[in-house]
Parts: sequence; structure tokens; C-alpha cells
Amino acid sequence: MTYEPVIGMEVHVELSTQSKVFCGCSNDFHAPANSNVCPVCLGMPGVLPVLNGRAVEYSVLVGLALNCTISRWSKMDRKNYFYPDLAKNYQISQYDLPLCHDGFIDIEVDGKTKRIGITRAHLEEDTARNSHTVAGRESGVDFNRCGVPLLEIVTEPDIRSADEAYAYLSSLKQILQYLDVSDCNMEEGSIRAEANISIRPTGTEPFGTKTEVKNVASFSGTQKAIEYEIKRQTKILDDGGTVDQVTMGWDADRGVTVTQRSKESAHDYRYFPEPDLTPIVVDEAWETRLRKSMPELPQVRRARFMEEHGLSEYDASILIADKAAADYFEQTVSAGAPGKLAANWIMGDLQALMTEKQGTINALPITPGHLAEMIGLIEDGSISGKIAKDLLPEMYDSEKAPGDLVKEKGLAQISDTSVLEQMGADLIEANPGPAEDFRNGSERAIGFFVGQMMKATKGQANPKLANEIMRKLLQQ
Amino acid sequence: MSEPIHLKSAHSLRDAIRAKEISAREAAEAYLDHIDAVDGDVRAYTDVWREPALARADAIDSQLAKGEDAGPLAGVPIGLKDLICTTEGTTACCSELLKGFRSPYDATVAEKLYAAGTVVLGKLNMDEFAMGSSTENSSVVTTRNPWNLDCVPGGSSGGSAAAVSAHECAISLGSDTGGSIRQPAACCGCVGMKPTYGRVSRYGLVAFASSLDQIGPFSRDVEDCALTLNTICGHDRRDSTSANLEVPDFTTSLTGDVKGVRVGLPKEYFTDALGVEIRAKIDSAVKVLESCGAEVVEVSLPHTEYAVATYYIICTAEASANLARFDGVRYGNRAPDTQSPEEMYKKTKSAGFGAEVQRRILLGTYVLSSGYYDAYYLKAQKVRTLIKQDFDAAFEKCDVIVTPTTPTPAFRIGEKSDDPLSMYLSDIYTISANLGGNPAISLPCGLTESGLPAGLQIIGRPFEEGAVLQSAYAFEQNSGIDLGVPTAIAESVS
Ligand SMILES: [Zn+2]
Repeated sequence: MTYEPVIGMEVHVELSTQSKVFCGCSNDFHAPANSNVCPVCLGMPGVLPVLNGRAVEYSVLVGLALNCTISRWSKMDRKNYFYPDLAKNYQISQYDLPLCHDGFIDIEVDGKTKRIGITRAHLEEDTARNSHTVAGRESGVDFNRCGVPLLEIVTEPDIRSADEAYAYLSSLKQILQYLDVSDCNMEEGSIRAEANISIRPTGTEPFGTKTEVKNVASFSGTQKAIEYEIKRQTKILDDGGTVDQVTMGWDADRGVTVTQRSKESAHDYRYFPEPDLTPIVVDEAWETRLRKSMPELPQVRRARFMEEHGLSEYDASILIADKAAADYFEQTVSAGAPGKLAANWIMGDLQALMTEKQGTINALPITPGHLAEMIGLIEDGSISGKIAKDLLPEMYDSEKAPGDLVKEKGLAQISDTSVLEQMGADLIEANPGPAEDFRNGSERAIGFFVGQMMKATKGQANPKLANEIMRKLLQQ
Repeated sequence: MSEPIHLKSAHSLRDAIRAKEISAREAAEAYLDHIDAVDGDVRAYTDVWREPALARADAIDSQLAKGEDAGPLAGVPIGLKDLICTTEGTTACCSELLKGFRSPYDATVAEKLYAAGTVVLGKLNMDEFAMGSSTENSSVVTTRNPWNLDCVPGGSSGGSAAAVSAHECAISLGSDTGGSIRQPAACCGCVGMKPTYGRVSRYGLVAFASSLDQIGPFSRDVEDCALTLNTICGHDRRDSTSANLEVPDFTTSLTGDVKGVRVGLPKEYFTDALGVEIRAKIDSAVKVLESCGAEVVEVSLPHTEYAVATYYIICTAEASANLARFDGVRYGNRAPDTQSPEEMYKKTKSAGFGAEVQRRILLGTYVLSSGYYDAYYLKAQKVRTLIKQDFDAAFEKCDVIVTPTTPTPAFRIGEKSDDPLSMYLSDIYTISANLGGNPAISLPCGLTESGLPAGLQIIGRPFEEGAVLQSAYAFEQNSGIDLGVPTAIAESVS
């Protein structure tokens, strides 16, 4: 039998506000353990939460970018469960009235656009981090992360494959980066994805029993885990078995999903409205102001790159995927470089150089202005493309302007006809054999002479001019 | 011979200190000595801060010596209920679980009272985590009623009420979730007021039921109550539920006059459940107000009979979450030698919480549970709205509502310990004001034949504490009622 996978995603995003969601502590949890804490986020007796307005704004921005309806009136709720990483033993979250709901996101898979429904996006607080020493059988809790604002984004069960899930996560991450509301660092857990996966016989409506896969460290890991889970569930059903509703983890080393918790131990969270906070009211004026402040989103930018800068859909897609790269591209273009050339250099040599140097586009020693200047030098014939390829690492290491480096190192292209003519005459005299070959009709011989000329000039001869001059001299 | 210092009201003591007739140190010493004399009997304090109090009094004196304004309550000795967080001493909520707990911060009300020049003498006894009506649920000691040491002082702020009544401090703070200020004030014969929900910051008040809790003062007269409210009320950005409203000078409401004030008597409060003796006191109190120009009208609060049930669902639900944090992980007394978090929670809470607290946590957990939420918690929230609407409708017809504070005077220690339901009914007249969020005061309206105080409750519209104080002051000034020094400690006072 063939089956159709039905997948819904829950993504937790840590919002990069200055302070935590209910207290004034810094949101930076890289600090030494338990240094960004206060009575409020430690859940000391008598403390009260105060909602961070920026966290609400960041959430609304995400909601708007995901085409959601923004609730005029929503509230926070208490989600009750006991765990040492939860200071109050309840998490302040949103239950029945999320801040954002009923949106969608369009993703692209295999050149086709697909719409994924967004059920809701709600604001809550992150938990602390537990750590355990095996030797001493001791546990510690670092509360720096406790109270970091967290946006949970839940999709409809509209995803039908691991590739779609990957495309969804990538598109979502792009949007979050464009909105600049999260540092989107997977390794540090600032985006955490969970997938609810079930399969059903193709062509049927009812959902199968789902499993939940969480705690996967990367988007590609999530993709692999979903692929694995679809195969696993298919095999179970094909063998006449039934899928158990369980929560699973992903063992990246073995490439398998592993059961973590069964349905029986599912919690009753006893949600009820948080009495310490007043309702969240986002009036039309506030929503409009946030809508106006929205930056250009990735999809729109891609279309504009194709339209304004003549990029192919492929090139535009690659550039917009990383907001920093797209920004760099636009800055290079505004500094005077033609779009197509700028894109080629950024995605080609510059990307390779960054990979080699383990640099990032955010901290690139080559400014967009310098890259544009270098492209200009090629365009006006001052340097050859080959010289430019050698020049790029020099620019990277020295952080100097390409024009200055060309002068300093004498790399300017030789376009002086008389110099090249004299050199060509000398080469013909020194190599009568190949000259004879050319006269006997061997086109290859011209390549020999141009090569010799380039060698003699350390690559600085203008290759086009060198070719013309050699042909003229040999034909004389 | 002049009046002993500890018999003075807070405002007259403050005036004497400002006039340098009495030093803040003399005042503090007088009170500390009196605590030494009577607290062995009354048992109002759980912790007396002798040295810090004297140091603080000296600081006030040197401020005054330099001609500085030492605040509107300069040198006034006060006490704080044991659930108001202070960096000085401990804040244990009279629970084994928090025994020895030192708060890393001061509650907003504590900061405000320090700034007003008060001298804190120590922490006062209460029912554990404010759950109870007698202070018998304190893990430390049972406070005794200064009018009869065999009787309870009421609760949960029993220590705060008894301390003021027994002149062991001039003013104290308590907290009121369902009557925990007004009921002990009535039992001990002092003035106790629960301001409007949101009037006083709850930051630093260890929460029992967040949507009901409110801090308020105990005092020996209405003027001291108004003065204390002037100090503790006001918006606090650390408490989102505190109202961002201007705070009037409440002493301006103390005119002694109630001409044209419409006093509402809710018929649902004057039933057979009300003891005959108390009823007679309330009737004569109403006559006093009438004689001062008030117009008496009958009003109806039709959902009154559901108030106690509604209250116990909401307060236990909120408490079950509020008390979850006391798990021994970050502070408090953790049960030793446990092998898993679950075992640690169970043993810590079983050993640390008393029976009543455990009962309420279980009740609250139950009413929030999947499958029961709609029938209990949600239904209770709906009835709460109806009770609020009752008040709104009644306040169309009247300006203040007058009721008894309690159906009976203070009961004997141990009398209701095994009967939680009858204990819960001690708050039958006070609970509605918490559900509605209204301000309400209790002040003495006489002694019963057995020599125990009776309390008169005056309820106002939200944020109209002024109207409540106006009627209370008019009654106090015109009733001729002055209970004097409680009989059980009278000997030590002379
Ligand atoms: Zn904090």
C-alpha cells in the first residue's frame, strides 16, 4: 500500500530582545551560569512578572510576516508542571488566546510553491538549563535562560514530506532573520523544531496515529528524522502493526529515532489565566505601526533582485537565503558594481574564500565598496579577471582597497601596445619553430605565444590585446 | 502622669516625635519593652528585630536633629505580617518549608514604609501562607486574642491584628484574600482595611491567591488607617495589576460628617446565620450613621450565597500554582536524601507544608484538572462576575454598604480546628469584597457580653477608599465606642 505522510511542525524561537520577557535581566544566556538572574526569574517568593513590550512587538512582527491575524485581546496563562528547570513550577505561556493565529507561509519545493497554514504563534518564557555530573551524581540548574522570551509557532498538518518540512524551516528561519527578531542559532537552541508525523493510506482522510520528534539539533537532522519516521511507520503498518503515540528523539550517530516518552505519561498542564498579568491588547494603531516598520521580506526581495538586478531565479534565491549575503550584495551594487557580476563574485570566489578562511559575511574584511572597486578595475581593463582572483585573498588579509593593492604590487594590466609589440617581436625571433607552425596553419601556435607573453608579464598583459598583437605580428 | 507611649495613636506619636517631645528611640524602646511584657501571652510576633529597630530609630532621630523631614510616619513603630518580604530578618510565611528564609529584596510596601520613617519592630504571626481564619495554622505558634487568651485572634493576619490591639505596635500590615485583615481586626477590636484590588502593590507579598490578595493596614483608629494608606497605596511598575491612578490624601475624607451619604444594607447578610448579639451591634451602628445624616437603604447582593464556594475554588486554584515554587530546589527547606526530582518534591512538600495548606493545594489542583476545569474553575469565574455585577447594581442605590464583619465574635482556640467548613464560614461576610475587588474596612462597634469585640464592615465602590473612610470615621467619632485596652493585657499596660 502507498501512504501519504501528514506532518505538522512546532517551532520554538528565542526572541533576541535586550531583556527577558518578565524581568529586566539581560537576555544573554552565554554569560557565566546564574549571572543573568534576579528574584523574578528565579521564582523567589513574592515576585511578579511584568511583560516585556518588545517581546510582544517581536511576536506581532513574526505574526504579520506569517500572514496571521493579530489578536486585539489576548492573555497569558499558567502551564503547570514540575521540573527543576522551571523556577515557578509553572510556565507563563498562552493557551486558548494566542497573540497571532490563522496565517500561512508559502514555501518552494522542486520549483513549486506550496502554502503551509500557520495555526498560531504564541509568546511564552523559556526554561532554565539543567546539567548533570555523572561522577558526583549531582545536578545543577543555570537560570540564565529562564525567562528568555520564546515564540512558539505551530503549523497546520499541511506538510507532506521531509523536504517540505525542511523548506518550511528554512523559509521560516529566513523570515526571522529578515525581521531581526532572533539570532536563529540552531546549535545554541535559539530555534528548536518539533515534528508531529503520521501516515495514512494515500487518498484517505482520517489521520493516522502521530509520533512527535523533538530535540533535533539541526534542520537537516529534522529532515532525516522525518524521513526515517515515515519509513518506520510505513514498515509497521505494512507488517500489520499499529503506531504508538510517543515522543521520540533523534540519534544522529545511528540515524534512528528513539522513544523518549509514551503517551501514558502525558501531562495534565492545568492551564488557567495568569492572574499576575493584565490582558495583552494590541490595538489597530499599534498593529499598523508595526506593519509599517516591517522590513522587506525574503520572497519580495528575491523578486526585486530578479527585476532590478537582472539575476536568475536561482541566483536570487541563493542570495536572499542569507540576509547578510543579500545585504552585502545590495551594498556592492549600490557601490557601483553591475548586479550579475557582483552576484557571481559573491556566490563564487568570495564564498569560497570565506569557506577557506572560516569567515562569515557579517565579519568580512572585504567591504562591499572594495568588492565593487575591484569589479570596476576588471571592467575598465585595469586588471584581468585572473589577477582579480589572486587579488581577492590579498584584499581579505590586508583589508586594503584593491586600487591601492594593484599600485603597491604593480599588478596593473599591461595595455601599452608598443610594449607588447616589442615583446611579441622578441618572442617570434626566439621561437622560430612555433612561428613557422602558425604560418603553416596551426591555430594552436598562437596560444603558445600568448601564454609566453602572459608568463613574461606575470599575467599582467591584457589577454585580449596580447592575442591581437601576436596574430598581427605572426601574419606579417 | 502622661499617657504611656505605646497607648498613643500613630499620628499623635508621630506628632510628638516630630515635635521632639519623644524621641524615636524612646518610642521604639517603649514598644519593645511592652512586647517583652505581653507577647509571652499574646504571641503575636514570630521575630522581634530589637537591634535593627533601635538602629533605625536612632537614624530617624538624627534626621530630625538635622531638621530633615523624616517622613509622614516618622518614628512610628510598626510590625509586618510574615509574608511581606524584607531583607531584614526572615520571611517564612509561618511555614516549616520557608523557616529561616531570607528574602533577597524588600517588598514595595516595606520600601514605602521605610521611606515614610516607620521603625519596623519585627514580623507577625499568621496562618501558614495566609490560609486560615485563626492563626492556628501557623507552624510557629498560635496567637491568642488580647481580649481573651483562650480565644483565637482570627486570621490569617491574626498576629498583625493582635499586635495592634495589644499595643505591641502602633500600626501593622496584613494581607486580605478573603477577609484575612477584616476578620481578625473584628476579632481583636481594631481597625483593619483591605483597599481596592490594585490599590497597593503586591510586589513582595508572598502570593496566596493572586487575583484576590491585597495588602492593608491594621491600626487603632481610622485616622491612622488613612495615614498608612497614604503611604502604601499607589502604582508600582513591578506589579502589572496595580492601578495607575492618582492616590488622594485619604485624611481629607475624615470629615466626621456623612450627610447625604446613602448607606446600603444588603438583605442577604442579615439572616439567621448572623448571631443575635452581633446583629444588635450592627443595628445600633447603623443608627449612629443615620443620626449623623446618612440615608439608609436596603440593597440586594443576590449571589451572596455562592460567594464562599466561588472563593474556595478560585483561591485554591491560584494557590495550587502559586505554592508550586516551594520545592526546595532554589530556597527553602529541602527534604534530605532523595533520589529523584519527584521524590524530592513529594518529601519536601509533605514535610514542609501543614495540613490546611496541603488540603488547599489538593483542592486547587483538582478544580483545575482536565475534565473538571469547566465545572469548577470556569463556573466559579462566571459566578465571580455575577458577584461583581451585584455590587455594581447595589452601588447604583447606595454609596457604601454596611454589614457585620463576622457572624460571631472570636471563637475558642481549637473549637473549629477539626471542622474546616465551619472555619471557612468565618469569612462569609468578607469574601465578596475580595471577589468584587472592592475596598472594605472593619472597625470596632462594641463588645459582646462575653467581652469580645464585634466588627462593623463598610464596603465601597472600587477605588473609593475615601468614601469608606469617611463613613468609618464618622461612626468612630460619633458612636462613643472606645474599647480601651484589651482586658487580657490590661494589667501589663497600667
Ligand atoms: Zn530576572
